[in-house]
Amino acid sequence: MASDTPLLDELEKGPWPSFVKEIKRSAGKSPKAKDLLGVVEQSYKDKITHWKHGGIVGVTGYGGGVIGRYTDIPEKFPNAEQMHTIRVNHPSGWFYTTKALRTVCDIWEKHGSGLTNMHGSTGDIILLGTDTDQLQPAFNTLTENGFDLGGSGSALRTPSGCVGPARCEWACIDSPHLIYDLTQTFQDELHRPRWPYKFKIKASACPNDCVAAIARADFTIIGTWRDSIRIDQAAVKEYASKGLDIENLIVARCPGQALEYDAKAQKLSVKPQDCLRCMHCISKMTKAIRPGKETGATILIGGKAPILRGAFLSWVLVPFIKVEPPYTEIKELLEKIWDWWDEHGRNRERIAETIGRLGLKDFLKAVDLKPIPQMVYHPRSNPFVFF
Amino acid sequence: MARTDIGPPDYRLMLPETITSNYGKWKYHEILKPGVMKHVSETGDELYTVRAGSPRLVSIDFIRDICDIADKYCDGHLRFTSRFNIELMTPKKENVDGIIGDLKKLGLPIGGIGDCISNIVHTQGWIHCHSAATDASGLVKSIMDELYEYFTEFKLHAKLRIAVACCINMCGAVHCSDLAVVGIHTTPPKVNHEKLASTCEIPSVIASCPTGAIRRHSDKNINSVEVREERCMYCGNCYTVCPSMPLADPDGDGVAIYVGGKVSNSRKPPMFSRLAVPFIPNNPPRWPEVTSILKKIVEVYARDSKKYERLGEWIQRIGWERFFALTNIPFTEQHIDDFTYATETFRATTQFKW
Ligand code: HEM
Ligand code: HEM
Ligand code: HEM
Ligand code: HEM
Ligand code: SF4
Ligand code: SF4
Ligand code: SF4
Ligand code: SF4
Repeated sequence: MASDTPLLDELEKGPWPSFVKEIKRSAGKSPKAKDLLGVVEQSYKDKITHWKHGGIVGVTGYGGGVIGRYTDIPEKFPNAEQMHTIRVNHPSGWFYTTKALRTVCDIWEKHGSGLTNMHGSTGDIILLGTDTDQLQPAFNTLTENGFDLGGSGSALRTPSGCVGPARCEWACIDSPHLIYDLTQTFQDELHRPRWPYKFKIKASACPNDCVAAIARADFTIIGTWRDSIRIDQAAVKEYASKGLDIENLIVARCPGQALEYDAKAQKLSVKPQDCLRCMHCISKMTKAIRPGKETGATILIGGKAPILRGAFLSWVLVPFIKVEPPYTEIKELLEKIWDWWDEHGRNRERIAETIGRLGLKDFLKAVDLKPIPQMVYHPRSNPFVFF
Repeated sequence: MARTDIGPPDYRLMLPETITSNYGKWKYHEILKPGVMKHVSETGDELYTVRAGSPRLVSIDFIRDICDIADKYCDGHLRFTSRFNIELMTPKKENVDGIIGDLKKLGLPIGGIGDCISNIVHTQGWIHCHSAATDASGLVKSIMDELYEYFTEFKLHAKLRIAVACCINMCGAVHCSDLAVVGIHTTPPKVNHEKLASTCEIPSVIASCPTGAIRRHSDKNINSVEVREERCMYCGNCYTVCPSMPLADPDGDGVAIYVGGKVSNSRKPPMFSRLAVPFIPNNPPRWPEVTSILKKIVEVYARDSKKYERLGEWIQRIGWERFFALTNIPFTEQHIDDFTYATETFRATTQFKW
């Protein structure tokens, strides 16, 4: 018998694991997954999407966490007419017991298509595809089992962070705990959209920035240190004796010109005042070099995608801050930022755009921060100065 | 009445024993082979991690299969990475081969750690989104099939991060990736004048356009808007605000490729990805034009870069002029910025590399 999905079948071939196989696995049990396959095949044929603009659906007490989705070809694929998505807040660091994961699977087998994203790009577990009348029962069962919804709409989005001290020797802050604590503290901001637009918080525990916090979060927390990197000379000798070209691959690549290597003595030294804390030497000689002991974080603001005014990387707000529970300073800073943005931000304007429109000067005043050189690459060059 | 605002589960209840007892005490790690690393703690404890690729869009049965492996070898614990990979962890070295064997039985690739290509951060596309200019899952599958051995082997001098976003909302971190594929429209919205006034607020629609291309319809009898097409850069923002402004077009939609971004601070500061290929029309199911040009870029980079050099650092060293020459990608008028901050990208020096 000829296949109904000849185009998608092509994507079952090849070595990389196939999402089409996964949809088909669910299609065996769920008419919704089966019709999803049909809708997507139609898109492959027509070269356009067959999903309509969202509709407002949700669960009692929440303004978000669920995204309404309808196909524009329900007459062909009635089971895919409603294909709503539930965002479930992941545990920090994306660690799970199999018991917890199996529970989510069982709930989604009962109340949805059986298809998921592990995970969405913001970090949530994405449960893909269910009907309006299944949303509340699915939510009730999720919360009975200790899970809650993530953010959507003009609200705080599910914060996420790197694996941090759970399994990384470079962690300068406890990113899983910080993220858990902030998420718990700001449940109202997460679940009830009331801002001009979305607001994202991400934390990476060192400047390698494994969760791309600087590019993907309005409020970016990146672990760093203020004293000197620590060098274990015995381990340096070991790297040297194993043939690592320390002169060319480590010293010459140091962006701060902070390192010196005495090849005869196999001794590596650092001028701490020249170190930019970039992580290069540490990443490449992890047994010999580690971050300093006086650890904390840099806080940056404004990262966002190009919609509307163009994309930004986050800008430095606080070059160094101690990061210790209960994180009062960070929470107070967030509250001040939200107050100002809530008051001055236009509809669908991310914080960086509000700052861009009204000026960093005004923003700094509103959040009680003094201008300092770390906030800019260099001072202005034009003479058009307001006093 | 359901409980509300309980927040996510406490991650501490999800951690394997070896992690709980060595939290914050890790001393160093080693990459043993593709997809396998060993962390060693100050306490002397060891933790082995096996990383496997995933299609991200997975069925619950897939998750259950992975759980079976975690139950067999990892005391019932596992984690996912920020790039949708699966990580199985065990303090027992002798479990590593068993984990790898079982993952391979499921058809999953082992790799993604160290100087290689990791999984592709991507978005929803035709699976789920109304604003998609291309599909995400199909592009990712096609690209990873083509670049498979760069995931499972060490064939590069540094990490290479790829991202796919199916429209310029960019739900995944594409703008700072070594290689970024973005769905774009190249035709202006087609206004549905019958429906517009009843479905949308006209002032919001006008205000939604970043380039001011939308104005009230010049015919006062038509209660709708019109688009000054020469000002439209097909961002789709108006469509997000108003369903009566659709842009999707089978021939006008496709992807652009951006290159050379990164987020880590290692050596050079974070960098944006820059335009390499302005437009390739959609060609499902396998987008051969896209995969072949990405492969070409990866091959040239693998050959020409220095050890530890990320793609963007390599381009900075050799210069964009040499990048376009080496990859045979034509430089066109679209490559020259004409948006908000364009003049900052114009070169004001006599320094070039030939
Ligand atoms: C109702 C229609 C929409 C649906 C069903 C939808 C669906 C989704 C889903 C499922 C994700 C998670 C994606 C992933 O992780 O891969 C996502 C993320 C995202 N969406 Fe949408 N989306 C919609 C509308 C929009 C609109 C109108 C915008 C922007 C104007 C937008 C911007 C984003 C962005 C930036 C993300 C990144 C992740 C996040 O912020 O949570 N989406 N969307
Ligand atoms: C070789 C030793 C390294 C190991 C074992 C390692 C491990 C990891 C792990 C486990 C993740 C996933 C993190 C998460 O999901 O929370 C990750 C992501 C990441 N790592 Fe590393 N890392 C290493 C070196 C580096 C270096 C040297 C850099 C920078 C040059 C770097 C940059 C990143 C980035 C940017 C990400 C996240 C972005 C992404 O999702 O791709 N890593 N790494
Ligand atoms: C209101 C402030 C400024 C005034 C009144 C001013 C005035 C002048 C004048 C009268 C000249 C000489 C023109 C000539 O040779 O005929 C000059 C030259 C110049 N100015 Fe300014 N200037 C101002 C600010 C700046 C700033 C802020 C910059 C750069 C950041 C700048 C850069 C230059 C340069 C590069 C030249 C040419 C110097 C040369 O011939 O070597 N000026 N300016
Ligand atoms: C100079 C141009 C660009 C800048 C400054 C830029 C900047 C940004 C920023 C700051 C974000 C954070 C997004 C957010 O959460 O809203 C972002 C997200 C994203 N960008 Fe870009 N971007 C640029 C170009 C691109 C391009 C060309 C692509 C595609 C090739 C792209 C794809 C993405 C994607 C997929 C995301 C989603 C990140 C997320 O929300 O998790 N960007 N971009
Ligand atoms: S950001 Fe730094 S501390 Fe966090 S996982 Fe990555 S390398 Fe480790
Ligand atoms: S961390 Fe970076 S800047 Fe600092 S010494 Fe090492 S290589 Fe140099
Ligand atoms: S990138 Fe665009 S098309 Fe893709 S899921 Fe996000 S909003 Fe939808
Ligand atoms: S697609 Fe973008 S630029 Fe074009 S009319 Fe709509 S909002 Fe304006």
